Amino acid sequence: MDVVLDNLDVFIAGLRTTVGLTLLSYAVALGVGIVIAACRVSPIPPLRWAGVFYVETVRNTPLTVLFVLFFFGLPKVDILFEPFPTAVIVLGGYTGAFVAETVRSGINTVSRGQAEAARSLGLTFPQVLRIVVLPQALRSVVGPLGGLFIALTKNSSIAAIISVSELVFRTDNLANETARAVPVYLGAAVAYLLVTIPSGVAFRALERRVAFRR
Amino acid sequence: MKHRLGKLFLLVGLVAVIAAGCGDDKKTTTTASSGAGTSFAAGTTMARIQQAGRIKIGVKFDQPGFGLKNPTNGQVEGFDVEIAKLIVAAIGPNVQIDFVESVSKNREPFLQDGTVDMVVATYTINDTRKQVVDFAGPYFVARQDIMVKKDDTAIKSVTDLNGKKVCTVKGSTSEKNLAAKAPSAEVTLFDTYSQCAEAMTDGRVVAVTTDNTILAGLVQASSGAFKLVEAPFSDEPYGIGVKKGDDAFRTFINDRLEAIFGNGDWAKAFEKTLGAIGLKTPAPPKVDRYTATPPAPTTAPASGGSGSSSSSSSSSSGSTTTTAN
Repeated sequence: MDVVLDNLDVFIAGLRTTVGLTLLSYAVALGVGIVIAACRVSPIPPLRWAGVFYVETVRNTPLTVLFVLFFFGLPKVDILFEPFPTAVIVLGGYTGAFVAETVRSGINTVSRGQAEAARSLGLTFPQVLRIVVLPQALRSVVGPLGGLFIALTKNSSIAAIISVSELVFRTDNLANETARAVPVYLGAAVAYLLVTIPSGVAFRALERRVAFRR
Repeated sequence: MKHRLGKLFLLVGLVAVIAAGCGDDKKTTTTASSGAGTSFAAGTTMARIQQAGRIKIGVKFDQPGFGLKNPTNGQVEGFDVEIAKLIVAAIGPNVQIDFVESVSKNREPFLQDGTVDMVVATYTINDTRKQVVDFAGPYFVARQDIMVKKDDTAIKSVTDLNGKKVCTVKGSTSEKNLAAKAPSAEVTLFDTYSQCAEAMTDGRVVAVTTDNTILAGLVQASSGAFKLVEAPFSDEPYGIGVKKGDDAFRTFINDRLEAIFGNGDWAKAFEKTLGAIGLKTPAPPKVDRYTATPPAPTTAPASGGSGSSSSSSSSSSGSTTTTAN
């Protein structure tokens, strides 16, 4: 275990990048997910189709493939993002598809009568969604959204393939340098648990706080 | 249910057939074509091979330019293969060569347990490996070089890489050498060299660095978009591995290497293989007839990376040439 303790700074630096990447991507994912979910329940058919198309293509493509396509593909049409922003966009967009499905299921838990009542009071569809439906829908899916956060934390390790120096990237290098792969990767596993377990606890606490009694 | 079970058996059978077909893949056979019928002292490895009429040689099957299995005819092709044939030709004209695939990790065990008689597989000579096997040669010295876009004139040597974005592969010797020679270069690391080439095309990095033999292949594939800087900054001497302590065989191979360095066969083999991917034929290296150390009592064989791109040669480049001749 010495090899881990001697290189704590490597793990800390990697963990810092991992957490930063995860938080930024999660913000993107929530934004993307709510917009796509709104599209999917919208009364305008093309918006619904666009929502379905986004969710089904992004959700059903391996994350590694998306990373390579974005990183090496976009420069061919003269769009060049640095590795870190690329990672935020790809992780955010990918997780966003899952957030969209989660939020949509939340929207389905809000009884139809509420939306109809709001419409009859003269609210427009976006207003109905924003003021009446979404606040209730989001409360009911805090648990699943927490699950997506944890999945995202772990998925962020795939950014290593485009040279983002997050936890797995640095772990790989350290394992190579020290030729002690097992303890080094155990160290990485512990570092991930230090992030994922507390976030699970935090999301459960949040879930209890915002829950409403019907 | 019964139906499904039948399908399962069919699948298993199919897998077995495919696996059996692949089993053959790890060996291909060639006969050396020229050479004189010399006689050797009884008990030597050369005499044994001559008697048996065949030799087993470990080569890479996946290293372009050195040892690459041609999928169309099943033959292994490359500089290592040519060198192996030239050496065997001196044992006997009709000695059959069984080429056995050797990856970096099994080269030492293969020599120690007699799976192969010698290894010619981009095998970098270093002191760690000399503890468990012996080396004839070197027969080639690979050098770490730099590849840039063809219109780049700013980068002339490794020190010019300081402050620039440079690409190489994770966990390679190239990465360590770069960090030592150009400490303030901004290093981008990918899993493969083709990704580095892609990143240079896209303008993400301005240079790619690794062994010149690998870069030559990338330059050729770029059809004129990239060029080699030709400012090498490290040495990777490739040797021929033999069983530890087999000094007679090692001396024989060294003699033979010097002969083919002198008579032009070495240069011809180079032009035919590495020359075809754009490398200029260098002067032959100087054979290193070092005095073998007694076998070390270590139990673990020194397994290292491939000679061309992995571990354990950066520190050795100075020490391997100390006892030349």
